[in-house]
Parts: sequence; structure tokens; C-alpha cells
Amino acid sequence: MAVTGILLVLFLIAHMLGNLKIFTGAEAFNHYAHWLRDLGTPLLAPGWYLWIQRTVLLVAVLAHIGAATVLALRARAARPVQYAHRKKVQGSYAARTMRWGGVIILLFVIYHILDLTTGTLNPVGDATRPHSNVVADFAPERWYVTLFYTLAVVSLGFHLRHGTFSALRSLGQQTPAGERRARTFALVFAVVLTAGYLVVPFAVLTGLVR
Amino acid sequence: MNLTLRIWRQKGPEDKGRMVTYKVDDVSPDMSFLEMLDVLNERLILQGEEPVAFDHDCREGICGMCGLMINGNAHGPQRGTTACQLHMRQFSDGDTIDIEPWRARAFPVIKDLVVNRNAFDKIIAAGGYITAPTGSAPEAHATPVAKADADAAFESAACIGCGACVAACPNGSGMLFTAAKVTQLSLLPQGQPERYTRVIGMVDAHDEAGFGGCTNAGECTAVCPKGIPLNTIGRLNRDYLAATAKRGGTPGS
Amino acid sequence: MDLYTEGDPIADAKAPDGPIETRWERRRFEAKLVNPANRRKLTVIVVGTGLAGGSAAATLAEQGYQVKSYCYQDSPRRAHSIAAQGGINAAKNYRNDGDSVHRLFYDTVKGGDFRSRESNVHRLAEVSVNIIDQCVAQGVPFAREYGGLLDTRSFGGAQVQRTFYARGQTGQQLLLGAYQALERQIGLGNVEMNARHEMLELVIVDGRARGIVVRDLVTGEITTEMADAVVLASGGYGNVFYLSTNAKGCNVTASWRAHRKGAYFANPCYTQIHPTCIPVSGDHQSKLTLMSESLRNDGRVWVPKAKGDNRAPRDIPEDERDYYLERIYPSFGNLVPRDIASRAAKNVCDEGRGVGPGGLGVYLDFADAINRLGRKAIEAKYGNLFEMYERITGEDPYQVPMRIYPAVHYTMGGLWVDYDLQSTIPGLFVIGEANFSDHGANRLGASALMQGLADGYFVLPNTLANYLASGPFDKVDASHPAAVEARATVEDRLQRLLAINGDRTVDSFHRELGQIMWEHCGMERSEAGLRKAIDEIRTLRDEFWQRVRVPGDGEGLNQSLEKAGRVADFFELAELMCIDALHREESCGGHFRAEHQTPDGEAQRDDERFAYVAAWEYGGTGQPVLHKEDLKFEYVHPTQRSYK
Repeated sequence: MAVTGILLVLFLIAHMLGNLKIFTGAEAFNHYAHWLRDLGTPLLAPGWYLWIQRTVLLVAVLAHIGAATVLALRARAARPVQYAHRKKVQGSYAARTMRWGGVIILLFVIYHILDLTTGTLNPVGDATRPHSNVVADFAPERWYVTLFYTLAVVSLGFHLRHGTFSALRSLGQQTPAGERRARTFALVFAVVLTAGYLVVPFAVLTGLVR
Repeated sequence: MNLTLRIWRQKGPEDKGRMVTYKVDDVSPDMSFLEMLDVLNERLILQGEEPVAFDHDCREGICGMCGLMINGNAHGPQRGTTACQLHMRQFSDGDTIDIEPWRARAFPVIKDLVVNRNAFDKIIAAGGYITAPTGSAPEAHATPVAKADADAAFESAACIGCGACVAACPNGSGMLFTAAKVTQLSLLPQGQPERYTRVIGMVDAHDEAGFGGCTNAGECTAVCPKGIPLNTIGRLNRDYLAATAKRGGTPGS
Repeated sequence: MDLYTEGDPIADAKAPDGPIETRWERRRFEAKLVNPANRRKLTVIVVGTGLAGGSAAATLAEQGYQVKSYCYQDSPRRAHSIAAQGGINAAKNYRNDGDSVHRLFYDTVKGGDFRSRESNVHRLAEVSVNIIDQCVAQGVPFAREYGGLLDTRSFGGAQVQRTFYARGQTGQQLLLGAYQALERQIGLGNVEMNARHEMLELVIVDGRARGIVVRDLVTGEITTEMADAVVLASGGYGNVFYLSTNAKGCNVTASWRAHRKGAYFANPCYTQIHPTCIPVSGDHQSKLTLMSESLRNDGRVWVPKAKGDNRAPRDIPEDERDYYLERIYPSFGNLVPRDIASRAAKNVCDEGRGVGPGGLGVYLDFADAINRLGRKAIEAKYGNLFEMYERITGEDPYQVPMRIYPAVHYTMGGLWVDYDLQSTIPGLFVIGEANFSDHGANRLGASALMQGLADGYFVLPNTLANYLASGPFDKVDASHPAAVEARATVEDRLQRLLAINGDRTVDSFHRELGQIMWEHCGMERSEAGLRKAIDEIRTLRDEFWQRVRVPGDGEGLNQSLEKAGRVADFFELAELMCIDALHREESCGGHFRAEHQTPDGEAQRDDERFAYVAAWEYGGTGQPVLHKEDLKFEYVHPTQRSYK
């Protein structure tokens, strides 16, 4: 979980930084997108880098889901009879919602790819003009897209908050002071990423980016 | 005060079991929770019914024998307190209290609220010790131990093996119990020679017993009557990673 | 006397002589050994998994014997040794404060009020140092100094700092050390562990202990287990008083069954009553909780001067309070020994000046200490104890004085054993609190853990080999007529208990028995009271066998049935305790006879007539038979204790 999670988190950071380029203008943003396609040329043929990255991400996602499934199945097997009265004592909201949060994120990722990668569900859907795609996506009349996007990103934030802390723990973080630092880091990191991802649609929604 | 109890009744391991409602009147706030159950049982016996079976022994919070899920909380609502040390003043007149056994595949129900926690013993037998046959010990002062390490080892060693961590864990994991012993022994110089075989042996025994995996949810430490910290699990993970790396990923070899 | 007959004197045939420092060494050298190859063929049963039983089972298995271990709890880790708080004594002299093996020996004999054996106590002091080494090697997290060395403190009024401790949980840590050693042997297949099993009978074949009958508490199945020797480590019998600091399950059944089969029971009347326990809060009370003795270092004990003064403690002005310990014992004040503090509390309560519900309590007041040292300092010293007190009573001891009252805590008496820890039945060894051997009439603080581990790790594994080397004994199995008969006895008894189907619960009888014992065989005993108690016990016992109601059947888990069997045995023990207390016409240690006190109310020993161990032989339905073992003091000369 921890290792695949970290791979995915690295991608999320890069993806967020890329998204934020939207504030530097349509041209710069499109240029960035095209640069991505050509990354690694001339060593690689155009587009190859992206396919390598997609493969790695796909494997990471599948492994992440696989590990989560194993954990969930073990958890279910470990408690064959449920409590009649169940009340959560402490466990943060983030910790409790890892599994359903993960499912929401997965559904979102599928939609997101159909929307902004293949363009199938995008009103513009022009691969050469990613900026227009984004602006069209979050247009005020398509508020429900923004809402879904927001919901997914907030879920992601919670997922990251517990996930980051938990990954550090799994990789051997072990002191009480370290635990406090790990928790703080996880919270800050999750908030920064959530904010970073939410600025774009809200900027479009409010007309800051057009 | 007068209370309504809903208690899990199960005749034996094969019985399906069900929640049964009882009324208990004239409960004194000075009673312990188990004494309140004693009162109920005395009445049931005189009425010709089977009393509720529950585990308990020292009734002073140290033997680890008692363990009840009280309104969904392992050991009840008061933190840092075993069920035997919980007193009725924590409840109010007219309350309905649900009482269930620990629920985990590794802790099968024997009868009513009594479960079998033998899996914990198996985890200890798989490595939760320092091999020091009687008579082989060197002079106690031959190896000084830094006070900070000794204190931290004690903190983990305070585990009473009650199983509340498993009962509360959304994954039914026994990792806090396992980690507490791993931490205690890996902090001490005496525990170093077996440090890596120990952690692998214990984690394997843990998994074999049918406990779930840890997702660092933190429910365990919240209900632990002895406040065993969650970071012990980090230490276990670190030792486990080091152990698998050192041994080429072959447990126990 | 009309209640018992006197038999031949008994002597400890194994006791070596010569200079006391050389006795244990010599005994070990003279002991026969068992060839390592032959050990695997020998089976030893160990009943109980506390400090004594757990350490013995682990050590015997390490030596190569086949061990079968039994406990009534769900895991060997839960034995009641786990609840010991204070610490463990050892003559390490790490403090350079004048401690030595000889001083620990001397203090223990004197503390036992000259009713223990010098040879045994000296051996205990000798092996005390090995215990600490052993436990440290096992990873027991003792308290340490900043330099990394072990910390020690003075305990129970000792003048040297010889008590090793692990916060207030020394018993727990030592027990877990022994438990882990035991689990290691279980994992290796050298020990067959039978948790949730209770021993209900001893099997004797050709005069030797060769097995036990046990009931599986989960399935109800009764089986006969055979072996080459049987070790009882089944603890003390404080629960005869119903309310005590013992765990609820602690019982005398294993010892009592052995006693009925011929093992002598020694000094049953010696009971230790601890002065600082949380008082009873009502009829529902099921057990008593000990508060560390260290509280008396800063707390002041008092009651109102006037009878029946039920004002709140803070409303009682200073000049209407009686700080009775400071008044009666000006030089020791609140720090007088356990037995004296306990009796003084009983006296003021008997005068009608007790406080709290039922008038059975005295104040332990920290107001002065808080004023003098500040709340912070008190919190640092006693914070966890104050919290525990508040959890149980609902009162904040920083604001209101604590209420305390004495409670039964430890029993010095037990099955009689010789120097080798063997009872009067060959092949039956008894260790830990279950035997009588080392504490005389009174046990010093932090010595119980020492004795349990000394017996289990170091003494028994040596002396048991000597016995086993006298074999091999005939092979016997559960079909032997003696085994079949023992099993039938157990089944009959269980059926009898289940068949009564009366109208009173087991607990109601146990509670009533406890009241009789506490009233007449507790802190202060008198001839009239003891005679009354014996009559009452007999009447109640008859009533028990007619009116008790044990629901359910013998199949499966039946906690009422378990309790019924234990209480039935307590009834028989209770009578013997009273007879022993009645016959011992002196006051010593944990036995105080009202008729035998100095003019100022202190215990008066009678060394002329009573410097012996009273070893009782079971008298069937008739009378017990007293066998006296004379005690000789060559190294420590009896003196009278005084704390004025």
C-alpha cells in the first residue's frame, strides 16, 4: 500500500504543478501539455513517455487496489460476526473512509480520463487545445461537473491525509515526536494538494481563468 | 438507578447467539460494571435461568481477563479503564446498555461474553521472549540500559493482553498487541540477538491466527486501557522491513 | 482440646545442618541427578502458572522434562502474581548501604515473628540475587537510574534499599518474564499447556503422587492426567474471606484436595491483612483493591474523636480529630508495620468512630502534605494512585481525604513442605504462596515475589531431580484403580452439587462465610469468637449442601459450578483455620489473639509453648490431627517487636 501509494502521490504532485500552469495563460498551459507529449524525445518517439508513465501509473493503481482489496477481505474474514452496537471511538474520519474514499476516487479517475485525456465526455474534446477543454469543463452552467470534481478532490484530500501518515508508519516511523511530525506533515500535505487541485475549477467558475 | 441491558447470549461455540434484554433495578453508582452483572446473575440464578457467562479475575485492571464491548466501546466509555474498573456512576438512570463479546475470528466465542484469546499466547510463543534459560543469566549490572530505553520498554511492556485492541480495530487486527511486545524487547540490549527472527515469527503467527491487517486506523490505542502508543506499530514495521531485507525475504530462514 | 487431637511431632528430614551459609550448596551437591537422556521420559505436572508455577514449568522444560501445565484462567499470563505492585527484594547490595544475604535473612526471620525455618529463609536470601540476574536477562524492564543501572528503593520499613521494582507493576513484569519463558517452551513442544483447566483431585498410587484429575472448564470434560511427580503452585487462600485483594478465581481447591489425600496443612491461621485498601462501598462489593503502602509516607491517618460524628471531614475541626497512629505510636507514627496499622484501624472502628458507609473506614488525609509540598509534588509521587482511587470511589482525594480500611491480602500458611519443598506425600511438591515455608507468621513487603521465583526457578528444579532420580517408578495410566477412583470422586461431587437445586446462590454462601471469618478469624481473634465461628461455619456448611443452587449442568462452561466447588472447599478450610487460630494461644505476626497482648495492646508471643509449625493432618469427618515441627533459632534470636 505504502509503496504504490507513494508512486501515485508523486504523480499527484507533478499533476498539480502542471495544472497550476493554467494561471500563466492559455498558451503556456497548452505548451506545457504538448511538452509532456514530447518529453523524452528524441530518445523516445513523441507520446511514448506518456505511455510509459501511464503504464507505471496503471500498474501502481492496480497494485494499490489489489493490496486494499486483500486488506479489506482480511478485515472481513477477521470479524465474521458484526457488532450489534458499533460506535467509533477515535479513528479520524480520514482513517475510517479510506476504502469508500478510494472507490470514489477511482470512479472519478475513470471519468476524469474520459473527460480530459480522451476527451470523450468533454464539450470541446480537442486534444490539441487542453486549455479550452478545461475552461469548457468548469463553465458555470456545468456546475455539477465542478461539484463532482470538488467532491472527488476532497475525498482525495482525506485519503491522502491518512494515507500519508499510514505510509510513513508502515515504512517504520516509530517515535512519538515523529508521529506528531508525521501527522502534521500528512495534514498540511493533504490540504496543500486539495487546495492546489481546487483552485483551477474555481478559477474557471469565477471567471478568473477564461 | 434502573437500567436496561441488552446482552449477547450464546449457549456455546456452535450456537448462533442473540441479544437478550434484561432490566436491572436499584443499581448503585458505586458498583463496578462487573458487580452490576453479578447482581443480574444472582437474580437469574434464583429465577432458574442461566447466568450470563463473562470473563474476569483480578478486578483491579491488571490481569487482562475481563473484556466487554459496552455500547460499542471496548471496555466501556471511560478511557484508560478496564471493564472491571469501570463504575456505574459513568452511566445514568434509565440508560440502555448494549453488552457484547469481543468479536474476531481469532477470538471465537465460547459462551455468552466469554471468548478464547489463545491466539495471543501463540503469538508470544512464536518469538515474544528472550531466550535466557534459567541459570544462564549474567550479572544484572553487566549490561547497563539507558533510562530512556528502559522507560520506553516499560511503557510497551504494560500491555495486559486483554484484546481490546483487536475488538475495536475495524480490521480485527492484533497488531498493537504484537507491536507492544516487539517494541519492549527490541528496545533492550538483551533482546537484540533475536530481534529479527522475533518480529517475523510473531507477525507470521499473528497472520496465521486469522487477525486482520493493520491500516493504522488508531482505534486500538484509543481503547487500550494501558495506553500502549500507536508508534509501537511503526517500530514493528521497521524491524519487520529490516528483517525481511536481511533474510532475503524468506521468513524465519 | 475437643476440636483436634495431637499426633507425633514432625521433622524436616531433608534439612541439612552445618553452617547456615553452606547448607543449600551442600544439599544441591548431595542431591541425586537425572541423566539428561532420561529426563525426556519423565513427566511433571505443574498446577498454576503464577510466578512459582510459571517459572518452575519453564525451567523444568528447559532441563528436558516433559511438563504438563494447568491454570484455571484463559492464559498462563493472568495468574494473580500479576497484581503485585511494590517490588522484589534481593540482597544485591548495589547501594553499598550495608545489605547482605545475611541481613536479608535476618530481616525476614525477624519480620516473620520467629515462626519460620532459618535454613529455608537463608536459602531464599541466597538465591534472591540470582533472581534479579535471571529477570534482567529475560528483558524485565526494571526501573533504572540515569547511568543505566538498576534502581532500588526501600520498602515496607526496611532500612536498606534492596527492593527492585518496575513502577507499580513489578508483579506483572516478573510474571510476564516467566510467562514468556514458559511460552517459549510451549512453542518448542516441551510444555503441554492446559489453560481453563481446574485440578479437582490428586491421584496417589502406591503412596506417591502420580497424577491429577482435571476438569476442562470449557467442555466440562473430566480427565485423569498421570505423571512422575506433581507440583502445586496454586497460590493462597485469602478468598476464604470472600472479600480480599485476591483475584476472584483464587481458590484453595488444589491444596485442599491434596490435604484431604494426606498432605499436611501448616499454619493456616497466619493471614496478612493490609492496612491501606479502599473500603467496602456496599453489599454488592465483590473484591477489595489495594492502595500502595507508600501512601502512608505523606498521608495522615485519623478519625473523629466523637462517636458517630458524620460531618463531612473538612467540617471537623482539627481539635476534634484523633490522629490515632501518631498518638499511640509517637516514634513510628503513620509508618507502623502493616499488622499494627490494620489492628488500630479496626479498634477505632469498633469504637464506633469509623467513617464512610457502614462506619468501616478511616481517613488518610493529604491536606497537610499538599499544603507543605504543593499539589504538584503530591501529584508526581502518587498521581496514578489518586486517579485509581477516584475511579473507584468517585471522590477526589486532593479535595477530600481518602478513606481506607484493612483487607486480607496474603496467606502465610499453606501445605507443609520439607526443605526440598516436598509435602508429606512423596512426589507432591508445593511452591510459592501455596506452601507455608518461608514467611513465618508475617510476610515482609516485596518478599512474596522473591519467594515465588526462588522456588520456581532455583529451588524446585534442583530438589525435584533428587526425587525423580529415586525412580523409575512403575508405569501407571488413567486406568489404574486409584486413578479411576479419584475420577469417580470428582464426578460424584460435581453431580451432588448440581443435584441440590436449592434456593440460595453460591455467592450468598461465600459472602456469609467471609463475614464469619472476617468477624472472628480476621484481624483479632478470641477463644469465644473462634468457637462461635466454628459452630457457625459448620451450620452454614450443612446448609450449603442442602440449599445451594447451581444452575446448568456439567457440560460446557459453567461458572457457578466452578465457584460451588471452590466454596465447598473453603468451608472445610475455614474450620481448620479457626481451629489452628484457637489452638495457638499466643499472638504472633498475622495472628493476634485478644487474650494475648501486652498491657499496652501489643502482640505477645509465647516462644516457650508455640515456637513450632502447626502441621495439620486431615482427620476425615472426625478431628484434624496436629503435628508439631519445632523451630530452632541458631542465628537469629527471638526478640519482642516494639514500635512505640
